[in-house]
Amino acid sequence: MDQETKREIIMENYMHPTNRKRSDEEAYKKTNTANSSCIDNIDIYVKFKGDKIEDITFEGEACAISISATSIMINNLIGKTKNEALKYIKEFYNMTDGNDFNAEVLNEAIVYNDIYKQGNRKTCATLPFRGIEKAILESMK
Amino acid sequence: MNREDFPLLTQDIIYLDNSATSLKPKSVIDAMNDYYINYSANAHRGDYDLSFKVDQAYENTREIVKNFINAKSLEEIVFTSGATEGLNWIVKGFFENLLEAGDEVLITTSEHASNVLPWFNLVKKIGIVVNYIPLDDNYYVTMDNVKKAITSRTKVISIAGVTNVIGDARPIKEITKHAHDNNIFVVLDGAQMVPHMKTDVQDLDVDFLAFSAHKMCGPTGVGVLYGKKELLEHLEPINLGGGMNESFDSPAETYYKPLPTRLEAGTQNIAGVIGLAEAIKYIENIGYDKIGEQEHSLRKYLIDKLIHIPYIDVINIESDSGIVAFNVDKVFSQDVAYYLNKYNICVRAGNHCAKILKSSVGVTNTVRVSLYFYNTFEEIDNLVELLSDYDKIVKEMI
Repeated sequence: MDQETKREIIMENYMHPTNRKRSDEEAYKKTNTANSSCIDNIDIYVKFKGDKIEDITFEGEACAISISATSIMINNLIGKTKNEALKYIKEFYNMTDGNDFNAEVLNEAIVYNDIYKQGNRKTCATLPFRGIEKAILESMK
Repeated sequence: MNREDFPLLTQDIIYLDNSATSLKPKSVIDAMNDYYINYSANAHRGDYDLSFKVDQAYENTREIVKNFINAKSLEEIVFTSGATEGLNWIVKGFFENLLEAGDEVLITTSEHASNVLPWFNLVKKIGIVVNYIPLDDNYYVTMDNVKKAITSRTKVISIAGVTNVIGDARPIKEITKHAHDNNIFVVLDGAQMVPHMKTDVQDLDVDFLAFSAHKMCGPTGVGVLYGKKELLEHLEPINLGGGMNESFDSPAETYYKPLPTRLEAGTQNIAGVIGLAEAIKYIENIGYDKIGEQEHSLRKYLIDKLIHIPYIDVINIESDSGIVAFNVDKVFSQDVAYYLNKYNICVRAGNHCAKILKSSVGVTNTVRVSLYFYNTFEEIDNLVELLSDYDKIVKEMI
């Protein structure tokens, strides 16, 4: 994917992110995820139905990379089973750590395939993934 | 000015984050290296020439600090790891033993976390009450508001001399006069003040002062706690151990050394203290008048340009220091900082450790430019040029 296309996807997801709203209904579990090294701070609301992720929403303040990554994550995880979601998250970390990764699984999240080169933005991209991972693992206890 | 003294400035970097920490001149670095290379023995401990030399350098710094802030005696100068430690010791070692449930401490909503959280801790621990002196429309502290905020239960006013988001200077001398007339203690957080303006503790008459070396051309990890001797005598040491005790035969027969050694347990940051002495010499050599003049000219130059950029909202058009806080319309402050970083410009994004400022200013995060005397008009031109192209900011912020 060329740089300009990546940029367009990131900006589109930043300017018009999926499901940027709080969800106070009881069915949603709220998880906060924040970066200690910067000011990104978002709440993720996830609703499970059995083994499946039925819905995810979020609210908070964060940079363009964090917000766009949250939006892309939401687009890709809704409808997945918990294990499928964990696998997806693992692939995302493989990519942001600069390791081999399965691009097909990640879909448009590959727009962040260069981010491992920028240490200070890697935590921005992984922020929502660390949040949802925590929520999923909690729900499996 | 004086740029040639700072080794870091030979790099292609525009450093505009001086409120976080200042750069270090070569003289400070050399003095610390000299200690590590040529006489790195411990202080107070050795009966040999090398250790004696360390003692002399260490205690000489105390004398330099005493004169620098015009304290009455050497016993009033305690070395700490920085302003944070100083403020924590003042609250925990002195006020925790003195205050009672219902006693009131006045701070403001623009204080740094280090002058908020130690007091919050006493709210939880002993039930004191923390109240806020209201800020005016420019986020300044006025004497009127100080007088209005004081109640019969007010025991302490604890405030920064200069704040780290707005950069406003408080009328400390007047506040202290009024506070003492009402039997109220004054704690001065000098972290952002001492690097930029003369701080004379006898003239201001504050009861306690804490500041850090690293914001005033000195090393990290060292700072100063000043307290009036009669009060410091009652500050219970937080750290107990070597160097600060007279003898400890049994719990009942434990004796501490007199001030200030009693408050300096363990091997101190000797290199840092030696570096602090050089930093003070360096600042005094330039002079606060020149430092202030340069900061104000640079700031005015920047503000005059920024206010003409329609999508930039300057939070503090008025300020007494080199701090300019602003936001770019519809761009998260962190993204502005990342954008500028691409051009080797260092600015800070965030809440600057003053989280409760949100309630007064109504913004959570800002971009902060903080200037010091070694910044230049050319650097500001570079910054303004980059901020003058909105499309470029949005295009390059990711």
